[in-house]
Amino acid sequence: MPEYDISKVFSTITLDQVVAARVPWSGVVRKGQVLRIIDLESQQAVDALFYNAHAYHERYSAQDTLVNQGAAYIGKGGRLFSNEGNVLMTVVEDTCGRHDTLAGACSCESNTVRFGHETKYMHACRENFLLEVEKYGMSKRDIVNNVNFFMNVPIMQNGELVIDDGLSAPGGFVDLRAEMDTLVVVSNCPQVNNPCNGFTPTPIRVVIGDPVSI
Amino acid sequence: MQIDQQMPEWYRARYNQLRDQALLAESGARPTFTPIEMTESSVLHRETIPGGWYWSTLLPRGQALRLINTSGNNGVSVGLWNADDLSERYNAGDTIKLQWTTCLTTGRVLFSDMGRVLTSIIGDSCGFSDTLAGGSTPQSNARNFGNEGLRNTRNNLRLIAGKHGMAQHDVTSCITFFSHISTQADGSFRWIDGDIRAGDHVDLRAEMNLLVAVSNCPHPLAPEKSFAPGPIEAVRWQAPAIKPDDLCRTFCEEARRGFENTDPLFV
Repeated sequence: MPEYDISKVFSTITLDQVVAARVPWSGVVRKGQVLRIIDLESQQAVDALFYNAHAYHERYSAQDTLVNQGAAYIGKGGRLFSNEGNVLMTVVEDTCGRHDTLAGACSCESNTVRFGHETKYMHACRENFLLEVEKYGMSKRDIVNNVNFFMNVPIMQNGELVIDDGLSAPGGFVDLRAEMDTLVVVSNCPQVNNPCNGFTPTPIRVVIGDPVSI
Repeated sequence: MQIDQQMPEWYRARYNQLRDQALLAESGARPTFTPIEMTESSVLHRETIPGGWYWSTLLPRGQALRLINTSGNNGVSVGLWNADDLSERYNAGDTIKLQWTTCLTTGRVLFSDMGRVLTSIIGDSCGFSDTLAGGSTPQSNARNFGNEGLRNTRNNLRLIAGKHGMAQHDVTSCITFFSHISTQADGSFRWIDGDIRAGDHVDLRAEMNLLVAVSNCPHPLAPEKSFAPGPIEAVRWQAPAIKPDDLCRTFCEEARRGFENTDPLFV
């Protein structure tokens, strides 16, 4: 069963917040702290971007992350690399086992291509990202291919890829340890046109704290 | 119909229909490579790019760039921007997601972050490219060759971007042609040897006015133990006029909708 008693995980909690379905969130995780993202009701894709909290031009790079680990998916032990080749965060616990960083975030524009022009005027993750990164003085140019926690995007040997039903159970979580002070920007995905959240966006919970020393 | 107020079952049925249609297109009549004649009168500019180096060009809509792998190198990386609005650029995630495949070769298109088609792959004699792992970096050169100071695609693309007034945040994902990567069931990448031949070429037709960046560095997952990429040739040429049955414009519904987003820029 997932661990609900977070006092066993964190010695000090600096933030504990429920993020409603479809909305963005951002916060800074100090070096050594852990961010726990909890999929409260199951199968909710959590799109996330990461920036060096002191120098935003250093940020998450999906291609660096994939080439450095030589594999397409992110799971426990996975390190999230920046465009400068540094590790931003490490996945230290994970109840799901499969997270995506290939497919990026939904946008109004890409939805028209994938699902038809009639889907243009629907809420999308990159709208959330844009409004959130602007709070830090950033713009569209700072939005890159992101991590999709709890999203299942299998790649076949022939190159086919689909977005499949998510594998995470209610209360499933991922723990990310910051290897540098990291600004985390989240869009709690509103997409209802593919199975990334069971076609029903649900809330998540984010907790930041200092881990209990082992 | 209120498309944002349907029941989950309705969205699932719609998704399954779109998925089945897309995978049928991919598994059915896959586009075949037919060389397109590039007459001398259609050639606008030729340039030889030394091993390890970079080159860029403005490529107006309708022109094509032929990259000739003269030396049989394991990889030539390409970055793309909308020349009229440099904030619009190649998006690897959208390109594979929107076409339901990582196999980007003849018949496929490359998407920007704005749901528009940057370029069509109108010919690819090699048939293999990679846009998952990205180009080489100082770190990958340190790992592969024990020397992070060797020339690399990350810095090559940053130099091109910088010379056009852009900055680090404008260099994101790239695609590397002449590279064959397979993804195993557990997600691990495997380099597949034997598919790269000297003389292979890829033709990219501009579907909007583009800034194209080319980095002649080997793929970071290629097995070579020494860093010795040879020269390649880049040719800018006038592509043939687009016919109603154009392969890239008609191959799948997703590309067709992408062109419906792109063409209005030019009316």
